[in-house]
Amino acid sequence: MQWSDQGIIIGVRRHGETSVVAEVMTRDHGRHMGLVRGGRSRTMQPVLQPGNEVEVTWRARLDEHLGEFKLEPVTLRAARLMEAATSVYGVQAMGALLRLLPERDPHPHLYETLGIILENLDDPSDAGELFVRFEIAVLNDLGFGLDLVECAATGARDDLVYVSPKSGRAVSREAGAPYADKMLALPGFLAQGGAADHDSLQAAFRMTAFFLHRHVYEPRGIGLSAARDGFVQAALKALKSRQTAAPL
Amino acid sequence: MAKRVTGPEIEKLIQLLAKVPGLGPRSARRAALHLVKKKDQLLGPLADAMGQAHAKVRICSRCGNVDTIDPCSVCSDDRRDNSVIIVVEDVSDLWALERASAMNTAYHVLGGTLSPLDGVGPEDLNIKGLVERVAKGGVRELIIAVNATVEGQTTAHYITDQLDGLGVKITRLAHGVPVGGELDYLDEGTLTAALRARTAI
Repeated sequence: MQWSDQGIIIGVRRHGETSVVAEVMTRDHGRHMGLVRGGRSRTMQPVLQPGNEVEVTWRARLDEHLGEFKLEPVTLRAARLMEAATSVYGVQAMGALLRLLPERDPHPHLYETLGIILENLDDPSDAGELFVRFEIAVLNDLGFGLDLVECAATGARDDLVYVSPKSGRAVSREAGAPYADKMLALPGFLAQGGAADHDSLQAAFRMTAFFLHRHVYEPRGIGLSAARDGFVQAALKALKSRQTAAPL
Repeated sequence: MAKRVTGPEIEKLIQLLAKVPGLGPRSARRAALHLVKKKDQLLGPLADAMGQAHAKVRICSRCGNVDTIDPCSVCSDDRRDNSVIIVVEDVSDLWALERASAMNTAYHVLGGTLSPLDGVGPEDLNIKGLVERVAKGGVRELIIAVNATVEGQTTAHYITDQLDGLGVKITRLAHGVPVGGELDYLDEGTLTAALRARTAI
């Protein structure tokens, strides 16, 4: 068995004294593990950092084997990602999200989204918004998609300000008013587009955390990752300081 | 089935030596044979030294270093500048920095880095002890000397967040070209970091 694909490193685990087991998000083969012989060498360690884009060749005798990776660097972003708190937490948090997906199950659009987000993780407003959309995409691929396009009660497509915690569907201001205290806030940038500000981003993180917890983490008996908490705090802090510094 | 050529005592010695980093079953066999041949000169003293180390070794309650006294030799050294703490991942990093003799300061050993894949969270590391140590006062600078990996830097940012508001200057090691390194063989990430952190000559 052998295939070659593009991939992004999302995690590495030591294996013996010289090798590692790399976890790679590939375009056509999904999240895939493989043994990298000599992965702890000085030449391979910079390549095997989360966030780096690589050309992957996987080889094994049988499909169900762990198999061996041969990795060639394509884009080495890790050093840039280490510069800011949002990017370093972000890459770990996205790795944790991708680990929720079944192994070897292709999700090409998530791979593309991951690449785009990794390029924009330094910018807190872009990074936060993209990260929220990534969480929604992961929820969708896990079978718990949110419908934020039209009102669940009236079918209206305007003035959507709530999300039903039961159905995960958008609700208009008028239809949701009697249940406002039970509804989740739908951030404006998810409903109508536009840039995210501090409050709308905070509401978006709260909304995705709610659905991730209910549909994914709680049934599996795990909690939201510490890296996500770090990312959320770093993104909100950076956005707040930017808004404060911006001239009125 | 392979015939046994040694007694169970030597076989056990080989098995235990094979667990030491850098030794595999074959090299463990060689080391065991060497020890057995030099029974009085090497095996006996080594066994004594190991027994004494086992009896006396302990983890420093202040910094997490390994020593035979608590507080460790580093923490109980009055000539060190205790207002500066270098935070390292492992005892081996502390020893490496001490070999460099670049700074005469206190240390703090975390015991690893945050690693979601290996299930290592903040509660598994000696971060709480660091925060308590800094909160007591008397610390003006914290140098985070963790590895230049994504996991290492995540840990560095996590520590920075935990110490937010304590009024301590937090710095980290520079990333760049190693001494003797050739630019042609360096990865793009290291070169970019080195260019960003360039200094005037």
